[in-house]
Amino acid sequence: MSTSQTSTRTPVEHIPQVKMSFGRWFKEKGWRHVVAIAATLFSIFPLVYVLSAALNPTGTMAGTTSLFTNVGLQNFVDLFSDPDRPFGKWLINTLVIGLTASAGTVFLGACAAYAFSRMRFAGRRFSLLALLLLQMFPQLLAVVALFLLLNYLGDIIPAIGLGTSLGLIMVYLGGALGVNTYLMYGFFNTVPQSLDESARIDGASHMQVFFRIILPLVTPILAVVGLLAFIGISSDFVIASVVLTDPDTQTLAVGLYSYVAQQRSENWGVFAAGAVLAAVPVMALFLYLQRYITSGLTSGSVKG
Amino acid sequence: MNGESTSTRGAVAPAAGPKGTGRGGRRLPTNPDGMIGIVAKILLLGFVDAIAAFALFQLAINGEWLVFAVSLIVTIGINWIYLRRGGLPAKYLAPGILFLLLFQVFAMVFSTYIAFTNYGDGHNSSKEDAIDSIQLSALERVPDSPQYAATVLDDGGELALLVTDPDGNVSVGTAEEPLEPVESAQLDSTGKAVGLDGYTTLAFGDILARQGEVADLVVPISDNLDDGTLQTQDGSTAYVFKPRLVYDEAADTFTDVSSGKVYTDSGEGTFQAEDGSTLGVGWKINVGFDNFVRAFTDQNLRGPLLSVILWTFAFAGISVAATFALGIFLAIAFNRADLKGKRIYRILMILPYAFPAFLSGLVWSGLMNAEFGFINNAILGGAYIPWLTDPVLSKISVLIVNIWLGYPYMFLVCTGALQSLPEDVEEAARIDGAGAWTIFRVIKLPLLLVSLAPLLISSFAFNFNNFNVIYMLTGGGPRFDDTNLDIGATDILITMVYKVAFGGAGRDYGLASALAIIIFIVVGVISAISFRKTKALEEIN
Repeated sequence: MSTSQTSTRTPVEHIPQVKMSFGRWFKEKGWRHVVAIAATLFSIFPLVYVLSAALNPTGTMAGTTSLFTNVGLQNFVDLFSDPDRPFGKWLINTLVIGLTASAGTVFLGACAAYAFSRMRFAGRRFSLLALLLLQMFPQLLAVVALFLLLNYLGDIIPAIGLGTSLGLIMVYLGGALGVNTYLMYGFFNTVPQSLDESARIDGASHMQVFFRIILPLVTPILAVVGLLAFIGISSDFVIASVVLTDPDTQTLAVGLYSYVAQQRSENWGVFAAGAVLAAVPVMALFLYLQRYITSGLTSGSVKG
Repeated sequence: MNGESTSTRGAVAPAAGPKGTGRGGRRLPTNPDGMIGIVAKILLLGFVDAIAAFALFQLAINGEWLVFAVSLIVTIGINWIYLRRGGLPAKYLAPGILFLLLFQVFAMVFSTYIAFTNYGDGHNSSKEDAIDSIQLSALERVPDSPQYAATVLDDGGELALLVTDPDGNVSVGTAEEPLEPVESAQLDSTGKAVGLDGYTTLAFGDILARQGEVADLVVPISDNLDDGTLQTQDGSTAYVFKPRLVYDEAADTFTDVSSGKVYTDSGEGTFQAEDGSTLGVGWKINVGFDNFVRAFTDQNLRGPLLSVILWTFAFAGISVAATFALGIFLAIAFNRADLKGKRIYRILMILPYAFPAFLSGLVWSGLMNAEFGFINNAILGGAYIPWLTDPVLSKISVLIVNIWLGYPYMFLVCTGALQSLPEDVEEAARIDGAGAWTIFRVIKLPLLLVSLAPLLISSFAFNFNNFNVIYMLTGGGPRFDDTNLDIGATDILITMVYKVAFGGAGRDYGLASALAIIIFIVVGVISAISFRKTKALEEIN
């Protein structure tokens, strides 16, 4: 991405900006502010609304005609005290499943990217192409097969059958290669080969080169892939809803959906509180890593 | 190549020679990491082998020999990959590829197979299982049959029934083991057997506590289920039950003993009588292209499916076009370094992109609720606009929400692409007298399209399967009038697949998989196009 300096060299700059009439100002810059404000309002209005609903102690959707008229934390209290809908457990399940699966994704992806980037072997080009093709088919397309597969596996090894977090994590790991490997492969290629060669000469094993030299140098892409994987996994509804049926084992996506699936209006306040708690950490991390993510995205992937 | 084979020895050599200094000390120095690596490797491999051994054992018990053979080969393969020297790439690739093969490639192949079967509710397993299940489900008490005096026994957690027939003969049996005569039972004063060595007799209290288990206990009288079974309700008297439906193995038919109706194998995975009635439990068979034929000929399905397919393309296409148009417009509007507050605008604007997608649909469904929603109630002052329940309006609503979700992404990538355009081309055009609009239309847009084409294509593919927005916002509704299936105006193919497969009653995995294959084909075509457009192919080397 080139720097923003290139874009400043518009002819407007050559015109002295001392006295600008309103019309002129509007034509050059004012309309941009109008557009920006409109876009910003469009973007944040639903988010502000959900925050307001979360803080509104009335708890229902009906009768809300203005934002932030009543403010209280009752919804958050209710959220953690419903034994039929254990939000706390959902949060923990989501964290456990999301973190384990995304850590696994990063590790498997990094191993594969290391092999593709540093080694030349028969079938390498074919494997890369196959990955490129396979990543076009999201796993949720095969949800029926995955359901039946886990059902079968559960008869053999109950610990990875339907209804288990471990089974779900393994399914997610099936999507670990693909987009992620591509992102990492590109990044690994930017680390000069001479580094690992010199380490090899000093007697490092291939594992030491991988863990001690390459991985520390590619931390940014590991963070990005980890975050993208975590976002993707924690917002997966299709596979999680099919695999996890017991409320105690469900994730946030499945659980929060059940909150409003039947009675959207009555549970609205509590749902909104849950939504805020679920979204804030992800959004904070996302904004923190925004720069890396956007550069990763521009090089060819979509939020999944 | 040589470098790799030597480095592999670096990892393996210390195991061969304790210190590894004996040969090639310079290349293979002793270091603790090498040892840790070896230990970790042995532990991990041992762990994997232990699980594999357990799985193989279970498979052997269940008689799943095909899966057993495949698993055995995979296990041996894994050990071979990690225990041999060299073959370094495989060591790094194997774990990821293993998961990929099982949970992506195999899942897709398996989907294809299911699409050609009638798998679903009522057609869940093999014909033998279906026959057993029909026989067990149609038991009824035989009128005027002898009463057995019964005692319930516990055999290490499993229940057994000790019965004394009217002639005083004592026998014992469990759900799995048919009745066997026993000699050594303890009898009470009336001649009823009340206990047996090696078993615990359930007291009255125990029977009450395990009432459900006792009532469910079905003990076959002999190996042939047609001879009937013994069941007890109260734990002290057992009656003979016989299947209402009797299976004739030679003719492969079921006969209803009370009505005399004969059910024959219909060839469609069910037993069917001449009057067309079928038995509830069927089995899984291959049905060829039936699911596909049904999808496009069944009156109940054809119309809705065609609408869904058209809408899926429209939804994905309009979403990409609209988010791209909005994104590029905003990127141009923001493409001035001296715009005040640019950073703030930018961060606030991309917030929807950071907001979890599944929540967005739910939040918007509240905003757009016709009765209580904030948009109708507060912004429009109490209007009743059916945002999510009118067939046309719901489509527009879905698009609005998807644009809300997607335009920040397009804004970000367009900004990036715009800033990397060469400046001199634009300047040359301006010197030639081109206006801002002409420069955009003739120069910037074509250049942007070239660099963003792969992204637009993958964005189309993503929206083609954008389950969350649709399912969370409208659930696919409002429902079509011309079908009794739960399909509606905003359903796209993937939500339809989900609902056909898992939507409450009448799960139909076969049809759902057939629909999924339609998506496979579309996605395949899209990726073929994008393969031609991307430069990824050239970069791989």
